[in-house]
Amino acid sequence: MEQVLQQLINGISLGSIYALIALGYTMVYGIINLINFAHGDIYMIGAYIGFACTTFLGMSFIPALIVSMISTAVLGVIVEKVAYKPIRKSTRIAALITAISVSLFLEYGMMYFVKPETRTFPEVLSSKNITLGNLIVNNKDIYIVIITVVMMLVLQYVIHKTKIGMAMRATSMDSEAAQLMGISVDNTISTTFAIGSCLAGAAGVLVGVYYNSIDPLMGMMPGIKAFIAAVIGGIGIIPGAMFGGYLLGITETMVSAYGYSLYKDAVAFAILIFMLLIKPKGLFGKNVREKV
Amino acid sequence: MRILNKKNIIAVLFILLIYAAGEIMLRQGIIDSYIELNIILIGINIILAVGLNLVTGFTGQFSLGHAAFMAVGAYTSAILTAKFNQPFIVAIIFSAIAAALAGVIIGIPTLRLKGDYLAIATLGFGEIVKILALNIDYIGGARGFMDIPKYTNWTWIYFMVVLSIVVIKNFIDSRGGRACISISQDETAAEAMGINTTKYKILAFVIGAFFAGIAGALYANYFYFIKPDSFGYMKSIDILVIVVFGGMGSIAGSVVGAIVLSLISLFLQSIPELRMVIYAVILFLIMVYRPQGLLGKGEIKLKFLRKRVA
Amino acid sequence: MPILKLNKVSITFGGLKAVSDIDMTIEKGQIVGVIGPNGAGKTTLFNLLTGMYVPTSGEILFDKGTSIKLNGLKPYKITSHGIARTFQNIRLFGDMTVLDNVKMGFHSRTKCGLFSSVIRLPSYYNEEKKVKEEAEELLKILNLDSKKNELAKNLPYGEQRRLEIARALASKPSILLLDEPAAGMNPNETKELTGFIAWVREKFDLTIILIEHDIKLVMGICNKVYVLNYGNLIAGGTPEEVQKNPQVIEAYIGSEGA
Repeated sequence: MEQVLQQLINGISLGSIYALIALGYTMVYGIINLINFAHGDIYMIGAYIGFACTTFLGMSFIPALIVSMISTAVLGVIVEKVAYKPIRKSTRIAALITAISVSLFLEYGMMYFVKPETRTFPEVLSSKNITLGNLIVNNKDIYIVIITVVMMLVLQYVIHKTKIGMAMRATSMDSEAAQLMGISVDNTISTTFAIGSCLAGAAGVLVGVYYNSIDPLMGMMPGIKAFIAAVIGGIGIIPGAMFGGYLLGITETMVSAYGYSLYKDAVAFAILIFMLLIKPKGLFGKNVREKV
Repeated sequence: MRILNKKNIIAVLFILLIYAAGEIMLRQGIIDSYIELNIILIGINIILAVGLNLVTGFTGQFSLGHAAFMAVGAYTSAILTAKFNQPFIVAIIFSAIAAALAGVIIGIPTLRLKGDYLAIATLGFGEIVKILALNIDYIGGARGFMDIPKYTNWTWIYFMVVLSIVVIKNFIDSRGGRACISISQDETAAEAMGINTTKYKILAFVIGAFFAGIAGALYANYFYFIKPDSFGYMKSIDILVIVVFGGMGSIAGSVVGAIVLSLISLFLQSIPELRMVIYAVILFLIMVYRPQGLLGKGEIKLKFLRKRVA
Repeated sequence: MPILKLNKVSITFGGLKAVSDIDMTIEKGQIVGVIGPNGAGKTTLFNLLTGMYVPTSGEILFDKGTSIKLNGLKPYKITSHGIARTFQNIRLFGDMTVLDNVKMGFHSRTKCGLFSSVIRLPSYYNEEKKVKEEAEELLKILNLDSKKNELAKNLPYGEQRRLEIARALASKPSILLLDEPAAGMNPNETKELTGFIAWVREKFDLTIILIEHDIKLVMGICNKVYVLNYGNLIAGGTPEEVQKNPQVIEAYIGSEGA
């Protein structure tokens, strides 16, 4: 039983990471109907920026986190303006292929410049274990969960209580109507990318701090899994992405705990396919019919 | 008999001529083993690209897991030739059939989905196949499958390439092919016109998988050694880039694309990361400036042959 | 036995009853109009008839010698039984030629399979020749054969509509459903269309059901008219009867109308 609870704690930390990345996917898909394949790579770049800040600039955890978040937000906006804006009117296949090309560009570009070896994060958060009965909770787990929850609360506030949040919601429902109401669709989309990207960047720094190692291809698997999490919750639905992230994180850790860690990725994909076939709109999604 | 018309006879002679030329050059040593390696790679890529083009270009079904079928073919052939000492022709046939079966198994659930969801589902299946391969010790798991007999040569490659092009081209220029194309144009209208869209989507998928299986077998029996990581998401993307570059909806485009991109890969061999960066930029530029690819939907028409047909 | 009979056909989407308790009787050879304000459920009705939607209750019976229940059949099956349609927003295969679009329509009436196509058996050549000839014939009849090698998307609007009809006719239907064929046409074109529809019915021995907003067209050509409003059938009868029906008048003047 304690084993299960212990794994649950690990699962919640992992789930927080997936949730943060999933938020970016779901927000972007909600607003421009594009699976941003490059999103996982923004997460990776966030990790590297955090690495650079702590290793070369000697920053401590929170400042590095903030710098990384700002940088990835800017990167996200640049990617949107340079790569995605030109193909906004293209076919779905063209948009998807473009997203894939951006992803490859970021991954292999990074690899070319920083070399493919893994790097280790310096110890910016001293690891302390807190014992609760028979469970060991590391303070890093607590940091991750707290930071994630804080960010999600801030996000919810922004989405529901600010003007820009309303603009984002409106544009995702009907961008033409939003435009007619005087909303700058371009700015709204850029803001969406900025927010989604900074969350992914934060996740990258957290992963660097928690798991200690980073490499240029680290974004691929978490990126796909975060996408799966977004699909589970209902793509385009923000609470859904959070829920999906935690569900996937916990499931994955449980699968590993029961000895099937070699198959943990396959399980994630199996869940994805299951969801797509049974309830493609996700657990929280609504059914919308195509008008013939 | 209609099939014996002048155009077909000239085409067959042309095909045999090229084969003979290649065979002679190889035997005389004009083509060394390094060039042979590249010709084999180009041939494998042509077969993969033409198959994927049928699925994605002609039928409009976005598949990001094509490499999985290559994997199925490669491992089937490896097992049959290395562990059961079967002749290559047997191995190739079974590889193709095994891959086609995988196509049915994967196609039936996923082809209900559309667009982005289909792409991700095929990606998912592709990764599942790779993970399964990594975990099956009988075929070597992560360490890979070694000592596969080398059977692939110019003859095999050439005639398999010709086969794949002829079969797929003939399918496209037929009732079934038109059905597939109409599905890519407007699936709802196609269904309303009496086309069983599910059947044709799966059919295109399975044909593509069939040839990917053949390509896998050719690959395995040339390189002695295969491992699951060679058949992942990256390989699927490689093939997709060829199809997009050459033109989705053009067989000739896939052939040209395979040749050009294999050569680019060759020249960039020494800097593999840069190769991917350049690939990424090429892909991006095509999508923005020429989304129809090199040849669009056109084919290389052999006009001079046409005029002579009675 | 009427060629098409609808008994209390309804469909519900989520909580909304898009179409409820529709009863229709359509005799062979008739031209039947379906009219009603926007959103009344007319295209939904067509989608039900062609199998794109499945009724949540009621039944649709098609008489082909024996009575066939169309509920739940897939669209392509219904087409092969003999019901073809055009779409409100023209849905041609834009990047295919005019000729290929029509050849597509013959799909359900031909059977050349994978094997014979790939091996190029004589049956392949024979069928291709037959399809080409019949397609060209159809294009000639509909005055489109000069454009047969054009891409469908490059045709002017009126010709695109004709092409859609040609494609539908290729499947040799017994019943042809036309969804707003006069949309976007000026009065002259509409007058031509009226004659055209009557001629098509005669030439191809069809039963025609058409959705239209142009009341003149409907009253001029239809033997029978059904009126829908908010998913309900509010009237059904000859054009004259329907025109005088107080509920119909209210529906049109009370709402936006035609």
